[in-house]
Amino acid sequence: MTPQPAPAVAGKLASPGASISVRGLTVTYNNGFTAVQNASFELEPGTICALVGVNGSGKSTVFKAIMGFVRPVAGDIRLCGLPVSEAIKRNVVAYVPQSEDIDWNFPVLVEDVVMMGRYGHMNFLRMASRADHYKVDQALERVGMSDHRLRQIGELSGGQKKRVFLARSLAQEGRIILLDEPFTGVDVKTETAIIALLRELRASGHLMLISTHNLGSVPDFCDQVVLINRTVLAAGPTAEVFTQANLERAFGGVLRHFNLGGAALHSDEDSRRLTVLTDDERPLVIYGDERKVEGPAPANPNSPKRSS
Amino acid sequence: MISELLVPFSYEYMAKAMWVSALVGGVCAFLSAYLMLKGWSLMGDALAHSIVPGVAGAYILGFPFAVGAFFSGILASTAMTFVKQHSRLREDAVIGLVFTSLFALGLLMASIWPTSVSVQTIVLGNILAIPNEDVIQVAVIAAVSLAVLSLKWKDLMVTFFDESHARTIGLNTGALKILFFTLLSACTVAALQTVGACLVIAMVVTPGATAYLLTDRFGRLIVISVALGASTSFAGAYISYFLDGATGGVIVTLQTLLFLAAFFFAPKYGRIASRRRQTAMAEAAP
Ligand SMILES: Nc1ncnc2c1ncn2[C@@H]1O[C@H](COP(=O)(O)OP(=O)(O)OP(=O)(O)O)[C@@H](O)[C@H]1O
Ligand SMILES: [Mg+2]
Repeated sequence: MTPQPAPAVAGKLASPGASISVRGLTVTYNNGFTAVQNASFELEPGTICALVGVNGSGKSTVFKAIMGFVRPVAGDIRLCGLPVSEAIKRNVVAYVPQSEDIDWNFPVLVEDVVMMGRYGHMNFLRMASRADHYKVDQALERVGMSDHRLRQIGELSGGQKKRVFLARSLAQEGRIILLDEPFTGVDVKTETAIIALLRELRASGHLMLISTHNLGSVPDFCDQVVLINRTVLAAGPTAEVFTQANLERAFGGVLRHFNLGGAALHSDEDSRRLTVLTDDERPLVIYGDERKVEGPAPANPNSPKRSS
Repeated sequence: MISELLVPFSYEYMAKAMWVSALVGGVCAFLSAYLMLKGWSLMGDALAHSIVPGVAGAYILGFPFAVGAFFSGILASTAMTFVKQHSRLREDAVIGLVFTSLFALGLLMASIWPTSVSVQTIVLGNILAIPNEDVIQVAVIAAVSLAVLSLKWKDLMVTFFDESHARTIGLNTGALKILFFTLLSACTVAALQTVGACLVIAMVVTPGATAYLLTDRFGRLIVISVALGASTSFAGAYISYFLDGATGGVIVTLQTLLFLAAFFFAPKYGRIASRRRQTAMAEAAP
């Protein structure tokens, strides 16, 4: 499960320069609380980037600022080199919020909701073309919700609702996709399916920024990580940033932390230590100095077999 | 017998009244599809009351009645949007606050500068009694609103369903809301002259509520709602000729009857259908 580098050529073709640039972002809410201070990071096309931090660290705030829903007091945000409002007009970016603030009794069907993702591509009368219908079908298919397309939107489970809004963002065909905690309340099968989908999108040059508390799956599919706690603590390639030291800095005492010494684990010269860091249901497991469980074991005939 | 039933059509003023009522009823029903969903059902009532100071002001200054009503309607809806955006108050509180203030202001104005207009004429409109040029005014307002709504209904739907998504697809949600409330104000004025302030609320709630029980698709909801609103208004004006009664009362009674029918007999959300489903489930279970 090594993160494969994005095929550069495919990326160029699908999206010339899907990029996010956040510089010196400071957001202060109406009550005077500064949720994010002087945050900066840059992301390039063909990337899946995790946004990781404790509750209240400002992840959703960063998303809202990127979408222009909250006005920063300072800083500059560019999407594909464009200012936010311009980027939104050009359908560059799709966003799935942490929770949908909508009336679940609203008389719309699942397929109508996904079709709303296409509105930005339609003429001013919002007449759906055959291509629009096709893209809605595709999006529903990709999240496995085709069978539920004629349900009223409120008649779905929490995880199914999440998948519908993911489908809407796919139908929107933004080169940049922002997902605020797409995996909470979603079963493992769906999570795996979503991750596979994200990899496909990365291969076609999309840029995805995803906030998550599933630390364990971050090294699996994210090639960049932004650690945040009211400001950006560290940002860069997963291998460099997603380290125990950085995570402890980002999470402080909040992280559940199990450290099993080499000697406590097995009686041989394998001195690696097993570290389990968890913020949520999926722990991050650090074995020895390696970041992942899949790290190579030192050549030692007595070394216990890893079960993977 | 049949010729007697056709009598209303032979009077020009009756024919006009029926067609204009149908138009107003249709456009109010269109708006009701949105209002009812947002929990803004009382907005229609609020606007109808908020219009009083505008009307009083128009009489004092010698402007046409509709102009004053229209401007105070817009004032009321922008005031509501403004208070809502800049406070944590819930919508119903904001609506109540704004409309009672404006209504009080209207009563105050009417008592300080006594005018020939009695509040009575505003409260009990009657399409059969209004002068010709007002009929034309009402028809134009309703027709323009209907046209704008038909062009923009999907944008308004997204705005009301999921405002943040509406913004991500580049819609100017603020402008769309103001557009909606402007149309609502205009149509409230139009409905005021046909059915009177008390019953405007029914015109902008009942057809939408009925349609809501009949479908899960917003496009169909609008079609059903408009069909109900227009046909009941047409029939109401027609029947009121024989009853020699207030048009508004007849229209709203018809709409209420249809609502009750849907409430009991609707295929999915009706009482009878859900009762039947429950019994079927109970029987299927061992
Ligand atoms: N509308 C608001 N008004 C005032 N303060 C807010 C508002 N929304 C969020 N905050 C505060 O800003 C901080 C950051 O919130 P944010 O929602 O960005 O956190 P988060 O990282 O997404 O957390 P979580 O993991 O729980 O989703 C929090 O301390 C929160 O209390
Ligand atoms: Mg959040």
